[in-house]
Amino acid sequence: MMLHTVRRLVSPTLGRFASTLVLVEHDGSAVNPATLNTVTAASRLGGPVHALVAGDACQEAAAAAAKIPGIEKVFVAESDALKGQVAEAVSAVLLDVQSKNNYSHILANGTVFGKNILPRLGAKLDVAPISDIVDVKSENTFVRTIYAGNAVQTLETVDPIKLITVRGTAFEAAEAEGGSASTEAVEVAVDNDKSKWLEAKLSKSDRPELASANIVISGGRGLKNGENFEMLYTLADKMGAAVGASRAAVDAGYVPSDLQVGQTGKMIAPDLYIAVGISGAIQHLAGMKDSKTIVAINKDAEAPIFQVSDYGLVDDLFKAVPEMINSIEG
Amino acid sequence: MSGLRVLVGCKRVIDYAVKIRVRPDSLGVVTDGVKHSMNPFDENAIEEAVRMKQKKVVKEIVVASCGPSQSQETIRTALAMGADRGIHVEVPAGTDANLQPLAVAKIFSKLVEKEKPDLVILGKQAIDDDANQTTQLLAGMLDWPQGTMASVVNASDGSLTITREIDGGLEDISVSLPAVISADLRLNEPRYATLPNIMKAKKKKIEKMTPDKLGVDITPRLKILNVVDPPVRQAGDKVPDVTTLVEKLKEKGHL
Repeated sequence: MMLHTVRRLVSPTLGRFASTLVLVEHDGSAVNPATLNTVTAASRLGGPVHALVAGDACQEAAAAAAKIPGIEKVFVAESDALKGQVAEAVSAVLLDVQSKNNYSHILANGTVFGKNILPRLGAKLDVAPISDIVDVKSENTFVRTIYAGNAVQTLETVDPIKLITVRGTAFEAAEAEGGSASTEAVEVAVDNDKSKWLEAKLSKSDRPELASANIVISGGRGLKNGENFEMLYTLADKMGAAVGASRAAVDAGYVPSDLQVGQTGKMIAPDLYIAVGISGAIQHLAGMKDSKTIVAINKDAEAPIFQVSDYGLVDDLFKAVPEMINSIEG
Repeated sequence: MSGLRVLVGCKRVIDYAVKIRVRPDSLGVVTDGVKHSMNPFDENAIEEAVRMKQKKVVKEIVVASCGPSQSQETIRTALAMGADRGIHVEVPAGTDANLQPLAVAKIFSKLVEKEKPDLVILGKQAIDDDANQTTQLLAGMLDWPQGTMASVVNASDGSLTITREIDGGLEDISVSLPAVISADLRLNEPRYATLPNIMKAKKKKIEKMTPDKLGVDITPRLKILNVVDPPVRQAGDKVPDVTTLVEKLKEKGHL
């Protein structure tokens, strides 16, 4: 939406409306769901929205991106130099596409992927990146949180190019189908001999993805060990839920790090969040307090988690969770 | 590999356990009289450098902090943990809230020119602005490779193998030196400074500088229009048993 006070900036974008490039997060064949939320944020800026799909084998992902309504054009940068989508290579391609198309806004997911790559571009363009926005007020005014979500900051940027990572939970997901963007191959001339992707050790699961699941069951230090997480997995399977964890549980080695929900882990906002054996430290709340319904199960009636839960059960989780498993059909 | 020089950054922030309050003028949070500490991720950064020194991979650790005069306390803590000397880039108290990652990266870029380190280690994010940008910005400015969200770092001839915590699990990359990396919380368990080390740290040198002297313009690009409380979530009810809980969830359509 253009403001009534249009800023005249001395830059190649003099007098233009917003035009946005979305850096698509993908695994080669599928587009990461968080990109759909970022596309919504992009469309709020007004003006055309283009996308960049970069990788060493990404034709399928590019075709999927081209189906997202709201995207007019998909640039496809496919090259061995982009294996592992390392920041040095992807940011070089972004810089190239930017220099040829002069976008006013470049957006990426507020995920590890987006946060790793986009700020590096800020150095090349000499602009201040903006992390994790939760609202768009205008083409140069954005809202984000600070202090683990305990304060909300509205800021205005003077930079002619805005580099923004988007907190997915704050924007509706765009549809995944229905669009028909054109695609254009990008010639990749990246010379990166300084970094190399070696391998990924991804957690494999048939359960829904933690970042986008409708129901999440999280375990904390109260679970006492990794084996005890089994009952959370059983409950999750009955409910079609994903499993998450507090930082304490990850630090203690109960579960892998990609389950961590919190200020420095994943920020999620499922329809239902069940916190089991989690005390509710500020840093954990930062990651889940936007959930629609919060349930807490903890034997300590004074646990801070009960201050944000809609339903609180003061009980021994080793009794309560098996009871829940038994009382749910499925 | 004989003795790298490492530059580590640290930031003085409101202590992570403090319940912050928004200022009545809605332009920031209350910092006067509030407990401050070293940013937790920066403790991991310093600790990693100290461990590398103990393994004789690193020969010198220089720690730098940008901030008001009290940032010297943060530098002293780093020196007590094992850093060799410090650099304090001072900005006037009250303006430090507007010292943004782009400016900090530029300052560090000048420090790199001056100190010529082989490796820069920063914390992944500061727990006040939650930006998670400075490492990436600095790496981009220097055209050095970056290893962000590092949870394991291994050095071998002229390069580092890094395990990164990513959204789907873990990823291994290798970067050539010189490089910039950001420490995640699981990189290591930071040590407490012992009293003898705190005493020794008093004798270590802290060089003082200003952004002006380094030729860096720290004018903020992001103007903070306001800072307010987030919407308050009201606590709900306690339920007496699992049966009631399951009923309530069915009522709400979750089951």
